[in-house]
Parts: sequence; C-alpha cells; structure tokens
Amino acid sequence: MTAQDRPARRLLPLAAPAAGLLLLLALPALLGAIDQGFLVGTATRILIYGIAATSLNFLLGYGGMVSLGHAAYLGIGAYVTGILSVNLFEDATLLGLGGSNLALVAWPASMLVAGIFALAIGALSLRTKGIYFIMITLAFAQMVYYLAVSLERYGGDDGFMMIDGRSRLPGLDLAGHVPFYFAVLALFLLAAWGFHRATGSRFGIVLQGCRENEPRMRALGCPTYRYKLAAFVIAGAVTGLAGALLANLAEYVSPDYMHWTQSGDLLVMVILGGVGTALGPLLGVAAFFLIEAFLPGLLHLAGLPDLAEHWRVLFGPFLVLVVLFSRGGILGGLRRLPDLLPSGRRDARG
Amino acid sequence: MADRAPLLQCLDLCKAFGALAVADRIDLAVEADEIHAVIGPNGAGKSSLVGLLCGQLQPDAGTIRFDGREITGLSETDRPHRGLVRSFQVTSVFQDFTALQNVALAVQLQAGHSFSFLRPARGDRRLTEPAAALLDRVGLAAAADQPAHALSHGQQRQLEIAMALALRPRLLVLDEPLAGMGAEESQAMIALLQAMRGQVGMLLIEHDMDAVFALADRISVLVAGRIIASGPPATIRSDAAVQEAYLGGEALGRDIPATATEAP
Amino acid sequence: MTLVLEQVLNGLQFGVFLFLVSAGLTLIFGVMGVINLAHGSLVMVGAFATAAATQALGSFLLGLLAGLAAAGLTGAVMELLVIRRLYRRDHLRQVVATFGIVLFANEMVVMIWGRTPLFFNAPDWLGGSVELAGGIVYPVYRLFIIAVGIAVAALLYLLVTHTRVGMLIRAGSTHRETVASLGVDIAALSTLLFAFGAVLAGLAGAMAGPLVSVETGMGERLLILSFVVIVIGGLGSLPGALTAALLVGLFDTLGRAFLPDLLKLVMDPAEADTTGGAISSMSVYLLMAAVLVVRPSGLFPTAAGRH
Repeated sequence: MTAQDRPARRLLPLAAPAAGLLLLLALPALLGAIDQGFLVGTATRILIYGIAATSLNFLLGYGGMVSLGHAAYLGIGAYVTGILSVNLFEDATLLGLGGSNLALVAWPASMLVAGIFALAIGALSLRTKGIYFIMITLAFAQMVYYLAVSLERYGGDDGFMMIDGRSRLPGLDLAGHVPFYFAVLALFLLAAWGFHRATGSRFGIVLQGCRENEPRMRALGCPTYRYKLAAFVIAGAVTGLAGALLANLAEYVSPDYMHWTQSGDLLVMVILGGVGTALGPLLGVAAFFLIEAFLPGLLHLAGLPDLAEHWRVLFGPFLVLVVLFSRGGILGGLRRLPDLLPSGRRDARG
Repeated sequence: MADRAPLLQCLDLCKAFGALAVADRIDLAVEADEIHAVIGPNGAGKSSLVGLLCGQLQPDAGTIRFDGREITGLSETDRPHRGLVRSFQVTSVFQDFTALQNVALAVQLQAGHSFSFLRPARGDRRLTEPAAALLDRVGLAAAADQPAHALSHGQQRQLEIAMALALRPRLLVLDEPLAGMGAEESQAMIALLQAMRGQVGMLLIEHDMDAVFALADRISVLVAGRIIASGPPATIRSDAAVQEAYLGGEALGRDIPATATEAP
Repeated sequence: MTLVLEQVLNGLQFGVFLFLVSAGLTLIFGVMGVINLAHGSLVMVGAFATAAATQALGSFLLGLLAGLAAAGLTGAVMELLVIRRLYRRDHLRQVVATFGIVLFANEMVVMIWGRTPLFFNAPDWLGGSVELAGGIVYPVYRLFIIAVGIAVAALLYLLVTHTRVGMLIRAGSTHRETVASLGVDIAALSTLLFAFGAVLAGLAGAMAGPLVSVETGMGERLLILSFVVIVIGGLGSLPGALTAALLVGLFDTLGRAFLPDLLKLVMDPAEADTTGGAISSMSVYLLMAAVLVVRPSGLFPTAAGRH
C-alpha cells in the first residue's frame, strides 16, 4: 500500500482502535456515572457475541466459508457449562462425569465439546462447497437444536436455569456485573488479538488463498481441506467459549441459543460491521443490539407505537438495503469518512 | 540426451466424458531437460491432457509415470511436491495479493505445512527473499509491490511462471503461457522460457507456432484425443498427417525458423 | 402391521410437502444459482392466504386458488424487487438479504393476523376417513394430499420433458448466457421460474393448513428439511428432489413412530424413550450425513451441483 499523506488517513487506523479500547475499559465507570449501571450486562452481552462474531468473521471473511449454522456452537458451549453447573448443584452425573462450576473446567470443556462437534460437522460439510455447504451447515445446526430440545432432563424445549451459575475463577469473584464484564472483555481482547494474528500468519494466508482461488491453491500443492477444517474447528471452539460465557451471563440455557435464526443473526452482525475486517465484527454486534434496543423506543417517540412493537418489519428491509447497497458495512463507511472531510474532496476517488 | 527413462511418461492414457473421448490412448514422453511442445487444433483435448497429467482429472485407463514412479492415482495436491507443477491457461493468480505476496505464497506452500497461527507471514524473510529473487528471474522485480490485478496481462502470465518456479519443479506443464499476449509480451515470455531451458523440463501446450518452433526440442500433435505425430520440429513440419489435421497446413506454412535454435 | 402401513402413508404425505417445497427451491438453486431463505415465507403466505380466503369465501377450492395466487404473486414481487439483484452477488449476501425478507414476512404476518395460530379445518368433502386395503382406516384429506403430490410430479415431468425451459433444467444448465443464447428472455424466465416455485411452496402451505398450526415462522421447518432433501437428492435435480423428499418423509415419520419402540428391545424403557426421541429427531440429518459420506453431490448429481 502506498503511503497516504493526509494525517487523518494515517492516524485513523491507530486512533480508532485505541479510543475504542479506552472506551471499553472505562465503560462500567461511565455507565455507573450516568446511573445506567445495568447496561453493563448489555455491554457484556455485546462482547460475548463479539467473540462469536469475530470467530465467524475469520471463517467467513478470510476463509470464505459461509457457515449458516454457527449458532450451534454457541448453544453447545452454553449447554456444556450449564449442564456442568446443574450437575454440581444437583450432585448428578452425565455420561459418568460429575458437575463443576469452575471456570477453568467448564469453559475449556465448552470449547472442547464445541470443537468436537465442529470437527464432525466440518469434516462432512467441507467436502462440499457453495450453496451445498451453506445448506448443510444449516441442517447440522438444526440437528443440534433438535438434540438439545430432546434433552428432557435439561428442560427440553424450555431449557433450564442455572442456580448460582456464575463460574468460579480463582481470585476473581465473577458474581458481580462489573468483574464479569472485565473477564469477558479480557477474553474478547484475547480472541480478537488471536484472530488478528492468525489472519496475518501463514495459516491465515493459506485460508485467504483458499477463499480467493481454491483450485489454484490445490494446483500449488496445498491440501486445502485440512486447513479449512482447522479453521472451522477453531472458530467453532472459540464460539463455544462465547456460549459458556453466555450461559454465565444469563444463568439460563435453552435451545433458543442455537435456533437457526440465531445463526442468521450472527451473519447479520458480521455483515453489518464489515466482513473480513478486524474490528468490524464488534461494531456489527453493537449495531445489531443497539438497533434492537433503541429502534422500538425511537418508533414510540415518533408516535408509531404499533410499529414499535413490530420493529422487525423495518429491520428486515433495512438488512436487504444494507446487503444490496453498502460496501464494507459500518467499518467500510467509517473508513470512507476522511474522504468526506472538506479538504479531502480532491482525493476522494477511493 | 542421456539414455535414461523419461522424466514424464504416459502410456495408453484414456479419458472420456460420455461419448466424447478427450484422451484416446495417449502415449507421451518428456525428457528431464527438454522442452516438449504439444500442439493441436481447438477441442483436441489439450486442456484435458494437462488436467490428467496434473491430477485435476482422473484417467479412465492408462498410466502416468513421473521420475520413475507411478503417479496415476496421486492426488493433485501431492504432484507439485514431487516436482510436477502446472500453470493455468486462464490467469489465476491471486488478484488481491501483490506480486510478491503471490510468489511468497507459493514459496510458503513449497516449504512445508502452514499451521503457524501467530507469527506474521508477510514480513518473513524466509518467504520474501526467495520470492523477490524469483520475481527478478522472470523480470517482474519492479512490480513486486503492485497488486496482481494492476499488472498487465503479460505480467500476470510472468507472475504465474514465477509462482510455478517457486515450487521447485522438475517438470513444468505450461498451459498456453502465451495466450492473449501481444507481440512484445510474447517475445519476453519466449525469452524467459528459453532462459529456463535445461534447468527444468517443460511440457508446453501452445497455439502460438512462433513460440513452438522457437522453443521446442520435440513436438507432439494432438488431434481428437490422439497423438498423431511426435518428433523434432522439422519432422513435424513435413508430416502429411499433421498438415492435413491443420486443414491445409495453414498453421504451419508461415515463415518460421528452420530449427529451434534460431532466434525469431 | 396396519400401524406400519399407516405411518408409511403419513411418511408419503409428509414427503409430498417436502417435494413441493424442494422442487421450487432446487430449481431456483440449480438454474439461477441463488440461495433463498425466504422460500419458507412463501409456504407461510400460501397457508395464511388460503386460510383467510377459505373463511371469507366459504369454499376451500376458492381459498386454495387464492392461496396459490397470493404465493405466486408474492414470489414474483420478491424476485423483481430483491432476488433479481442478488444473482451476481456472493452467497453471504444472498443469505442475509433473504434472511431480511424472512424477518419482514414473519413480522408482517403477525401484524396482520396476530400471534395466535389460525385454525382452519379441511373442507367437509375431504373430511372423514376411508378404509383402504389392508384394513387401514385413513383420513381422506391426507390421501388428497398424496394425490395432489402425484399430480404435481406428473405435471412437472411433462413440463420438463416437453418445453425448452424443461430441457435447460434437465441439462442442469446454469450458465445464464447459454440460456439467453437459446432465445429465452432470461429476466422473464427468472421471474416465471421463481413465481412457479412460489406457487408450489404456496400449495404446500395451503394444504398443510388443516394439519399444522398456521402461524408465523411455520415455513422454516419445512424449508430446512427441504435443504436436507436437496442435498440428498442433488442440487438442481427434480427426480432427486422427488426421491429424496419421499425418502426423508418416510425416514422422519417412521423414525419418530417406531424408533423408541425398537430401542426398547435393547434398552430400558425410560432410556429408550429419551434416546429414541433424540435420535429420531436427528435421524433425517444423520441420513443426510450418511449420504454426504458416500455421495457429496447427492443421489442425482447435476452440473448445477458445481455452484
């Protein structure tokens, strides 16, 4: 890339993430100051979905694999942590294993089980591509959903609650909103950093090559299947962690976490933020939840209370418009902002 | 030429799509240090032959031996590691990567597995230095940092060669490397392939007769899936069956050098 | 034995629904290369329109026609407004855009009809049961559905073997330029094909009305199962869709009906119920997995499968 002379262009890539990080670190304090402390839970939820969206973005934006069943791993992770918690509480066992509420047991377990499912599903799905692949990932996710629904012992359709469900970390009491927020933030930053490094690594380069021109990669001697499968499993496992955190946040687990519409929502979050960018996923998640939170209120204010209840009837077409007309989602739009600044009109050709 | 087994040898290679036989008992041999051209009219099965040799297609019958070992069942992703590398007829470099990044990727794939997740690949000198050297060898050093989509057609074909060379081939299967090139670009490519003579064996599928007669040590003529003639250029030029196959010999009747060593 | 026969008929009847939905989908995938999540919404439109029209007009047949017209119209509008712009876009965008349509449609239905399911009964002239060979007493309405399925399959067969468009579909032709070069107006063909698929989906929804609850989101279950059908049958293949639809319908129905009992032979009853329930709900997907292992392009692979 040729160097850009305009300071705004050069600073933006660094300034924005730095500012964002500061904001995230200061958020609980800021929210407390304006007496909206309960929003810390929402922020935590955004970060948790941010982990899932970042892993999906890696799979999709860099690997070119449109997984329409990604929420399955969210649900699996939630169920593993939830089941371990409930089993401890009830002094019960499942498949010979007892319960636990230790984060260092439950969270890796969630990742492991999610990873195993991803391995099985990926191994089969990745033998296909294009529309087939999308349909198959959706179908397998639906299978996992029905599996969860069939777990009568764990609430079936309705799911179950975790009593005193917050996982325990040595030395940190996660029961409070704020400590849990920071734990999740730390994990999000770790995941985001990890995936960012991965995209620039040899593995990431291979993945991008597979996305761009898989036959070429194979003719260059690259066994593409195993790299794609590895990416699929990693993304699944990390999303499993997000699921474990989700169970912790809500202290409630249900098959709804892996309903196919959740998978759709994840894809929406990724595309809203900007596919194939490092920061896009979190922005997309935030936008998604903010719309969900504030659109009804805005409609009320605009004097349209009926529409407020049915805000999705507007959100649907909005998505269609975003898909048809936006380039690069929110992050793409932000990147083009400097072009809109007055002195930038000269080289706003993009 | 040394009296040893050819580097690449196909025997009785057959492939049919329904009623259409794209390969009809093809026998072909390529020596380790020769440039062997395959010519033939459109639809003769040249691209299918490349696919069969390089593993994108599985033959219905026949064998392929490379470097003394049978590779008929070997997967397409394993063949480059044995030294059998192909280029593509339709340019398929990675458009969004720079020229250097394209070649570096090929270097990376040749070097071993890529299960490295945290260390950046872009600045890795073990990849960029060999890549830069290869770009230099094909004459693209100046364009190293340009995205591939910004390169001219001829430059992209040169990039293909560089990537193929990065895989340390013993035999290069070149699928119409001069396709779509103008006169000047063609000369540059012919010169490049000349410079590579002897360092790597080449199976050259081409339409451009200037290039074929400038480069080829031997020529095989493929018509409707069969090799109807094979031998040194002079023999081929005077072969009656070949002239007939080209509909009155118009493709061969041009003013062309008498031997392969004469510069055009 | 009569129980088995009864479940077999149920499975065939369910298979007809799957066929109606899959046929349209596989044509859209195969010929137009677009993945359309909103196909289930067309099922829903058919169901709601038929239910509402039947109530208003007092005639099931008129209601059915209204349902088909509504579904076809909705499909055509969907194609003209949105799908048309997705042909050249990547699959992710197709998925998200059609997902947006699903959200819109599901919410729109709630706005008009609320969240309580609409119930409407099969018309009297299709009510009751008849006795069949083998001593089974089987509902007339379900036989009606099977009969309609056979009729539609025959109709599709005729269309595919006797029209230019049908020839393209059989050839698995997906290249839009090839199609255009045959003198076919690709834009008109796309809308027509889409609307046709929509009518089939609407028919499924219309007939399903008396059997399931007509409510928001009802089309999605059939949609996802139709994906399974298409994967098993082969993308773009109508014979594949028919075979796989019947296969899946039978597998799912028979599995749910008999698997727990079969497992009781080897497990204790309580466990058999749970495991049986779990496995039977997953059985169709496990079938898909098995097919994928052996035939990744489906039972009747076509050129369209390369999308």
